[in-house]
Amino acid sequence: MAYSSKVVDKFEKTLKDPKGASVGRWKPGDKDFHRVGTGIVGAPACGDVMKLQIKCENIEGINKIVDAKFKTYGCGSAIASSGELIDMLKGKTIEEAQNISNQEIVDILELPAIKIHCSVLAEEAIHKAIDDFKSRRNND
Amino acid sequence: MDTKYLYKRNNVWWVKLAVPSALRSELGFDLRKTTGESDIEKAIVCREKIIAELKKKFDPEFNEKLSSNEEFLNKVTYLDYASTTPVDSRVVEKMKDCLTIDGAFGNSGSRSHSYGWKAEELIEESRLNVSKLVNCDPREIIFTSGATESDNLAIKGAAYFYKNKGKHIVTSKIEHKAVLDTCRQLEKDGFEVTYLETDEFGNITPEQVSDAIREDTTIVSLMHLNNEIGVINDIEKIGDITREKGVLFHVDAAQSAGKIPIDLNNSKVDLMSFSAHKIYGPKGIGALFIRRKPRVRLEALFHGGGQERGIRAGTLPTHQIVGMGEAFRIAHEELDKDYKKINSLKNRLYDGLKDMEEIYVNGDLEKGYPGIFNLSFNYVEGESLIMAIKNIAVSSGSACTSASLEPSYVLRALGRPDELAHSSIRFSFGRFTNEKEIDFTINLVKKSVEQLREISPLWEMYLDGVDISKIQWAS
Repeated sequence: MAYSSKVVDKFEKTLKDPKGASVGRWKPGDKDFHRVGTGIVGAPACGDVMKLQIKCENIEGINKIVDAKFKTYGCGSAIASSGELIDMLKGKTIEEAQNISNQEIVDILELPAIKIHCSVLAEEAIHKAIDDFKSRRNND
Repeated sequence: MDTKYLYKRNNVWWVKLAVPSALRSELGFDLRKTTGESDIEKAIVCREKIIAELKKKFDPEFNEKLSSNEEFLNKVTYLDYASTTPVDSRVVEKMKDCLTIDGAFGNSGSRSHSYGWKAEELIEESRLNVSKLVNCDPREIIFTSGATESDNLAIKGAAYFYKNKGKHIVTSKIEHKAVLDTCRQLEKDGFEVTYLETDEFGNITPEQVSDAIREDTTIVSLMHLNNEIGVINDIEKIGDITREKGVLFHVDAAQSAGKIPIDLNNSKVDLMSFSAHKIYGPKGIGALFIRRKPRVRLEALFHGGGQERGIRAGTLPTHQIVGMGEAFRIAHEELDKDYKKINSLKNRLYDGLKDMEEIYVNGDLEKGYPGIFNLSFNYVEGESLIMAIKNIAVSSGSACTSASLEPSYVLRALGRPDELAHSSIRFSFGRFTNEKEIDFTINLVKKSVEQLREISPLWEMYLDGVDISKIQWAS
C-alpha cells in the first residue's frame, strides 16, 4: 500500500529524532507528574497501542497543555497520527483539545480509508488523557 | 556491587551501552548483548569483553562498513523471492524466440504447417524439462495458467469427478489461499472439509492425516513447502497413507519445485501443482501433474478446443511454456548449488540477528527450507518495520495492509499470539541474493527495530517488567 508523503515524512522524522518529535514519557516520581494526564488506547493483539501524556498548567484559571509526549506501537500511519496529534495539542486549553476531531488528522496526513482507525485511536487517546488528568485533579 | 552497564532480562544478565549521539542515526540509542550468565559475578567478569565488542561498532572501520552501505540506500534490495522471482536472463532468451515472425510464434494446434509443428516441438521439449525436475512421465504434465489454476483444477476436478464416492476433503489450516478458497467454494456446493491443525512449528503428522480420512473422503490436499514459514511436509509418508486408504493426494508444490528435491516416480502423490514464477520463470504459467498409474481422473474446468487431452482447453502459450521449461531445466541443473548458497545466506542472516532481544523464529529453524525465514520482532509492529526498512523489499506476515487488519492466518494457526503475528517479517532470498545484501539487511533491521522500540509503549512496559498479557486492553 502506498502511503501519502505526509505520513512517510512524519514517520521518518519521528524515527530519526524521537526526542524532537516528542517521543518519551513522564513517570511516577518525576517532578510535576501530578500535572500529567496519561491515556493508553488500543491493544497489542489489534496491532496498535498508543500512549499519550499531556502536561497541563493552570494559567489564570484555565488548564493549558504546555507539553505532551507519546509512544506508539503500530503501523506507520498510527505513528504519524500520534505525532500529528502532539503537534496540535501543545498550547491548547483542555477544552480546545477535547474538541480535536480525528478528521483533522485524516486531512493533514491524507490517510486512506483503511487507516482512518489510526486517527480515531489518536482522538480516543486525547480524551483518555484528559479524563485521567481531570480525575487526578479531583483527587487532589 | 558495581552493576554498571548490566541489566537483567529473563533471568540472564545483559550489557547495555549507550551510543554516542553522533552515531545514533546509524546505530540506534543503545547496543545490547547478552552475557549468557544468570550469576551476577560471572556476568561482571564478561562485562568488559562484551563492552569492548560492542564498542567496536563505534570504530571508524565499522562506520566505513555502514557508509559502504550507501550503495544499497539508493536502491531497494529484493528479499521477497517467495512472493515471486525475477526471470533468469537465460529464460528470457528462450522466450524471445517464440514471439516474432522469425520465431516459433505458431499455434501448436496447427497440424498443417511447420509453424505449428515447431511450436509443438518446443512445447513437448518443455514438458520433458518440467517432468525431469520432478521425475515423472512428461505425459503426466499439463500446462495451466499457474499454481492457482492447478490447485483449482486438481481439487475441484477430483472432488466433482469422484463426488459419487464421497464429498469429504482433507486439507490444513496453513494452506495457500488458492487451496483454502477452493475448499470454501466446494463447501458452498455441499462438500465437507476438514482443516488439519499444525503443531507450533507448522508440522502435520501422517497420523493426523490418517485419522482425518473417512469413508467418504476423496482427496487430501496439502502443500509441500509453506510460503510463509518454509515448513516442509513429509509427502512420502503422507502419500503412503492416502494410497493405502484409497484416497487421492494432491500436493501444492508452488514453493518447493526446483528448490528441494521432488521424486514423483518414487512417491505416491497423485496430483501436484507447479508454478514457473517462483523459480525464475515467467508469471502466468504453471502445470499440474496428473498421475497415469494408477490413473487419476478429473473433471475439466475449461472447455474448448480439447488441448491438453481435453483437461485444459485453450491455445498453448508457447513462449510462457518455453520459459517454464527452461526455468525448470536450469533449476534441475542448479538445485544443489542454489540450495547451498541460500542455506549459507540464511545462516548469515540468522547469525547477524540472533543476539537481538525478544525475537522469535516462526517455523522450524532446523528442518524448514532456508530460503524462507520468518521472524517476529516483539513489541514492534510489522508494517511499521517494513516502512522503516524501506530499502529492503520484504513481506509482513501481518496482513495489516488489507482492510481486514487481521494478522497472518498461518502464524495464528501455529498458535502464535496475535501481537507476535503482528510483529512478523518474512525474508525470502534466492539465486540472485548476495552476502553484501544480507549484511546490509542485518544492519538496517537492527537499527530500525531499535528505533521503533524506542517509540514503542510495549517495549517500555517490557523493560519496566510489566507483563503485557496480564493487562486488560480495551479494544
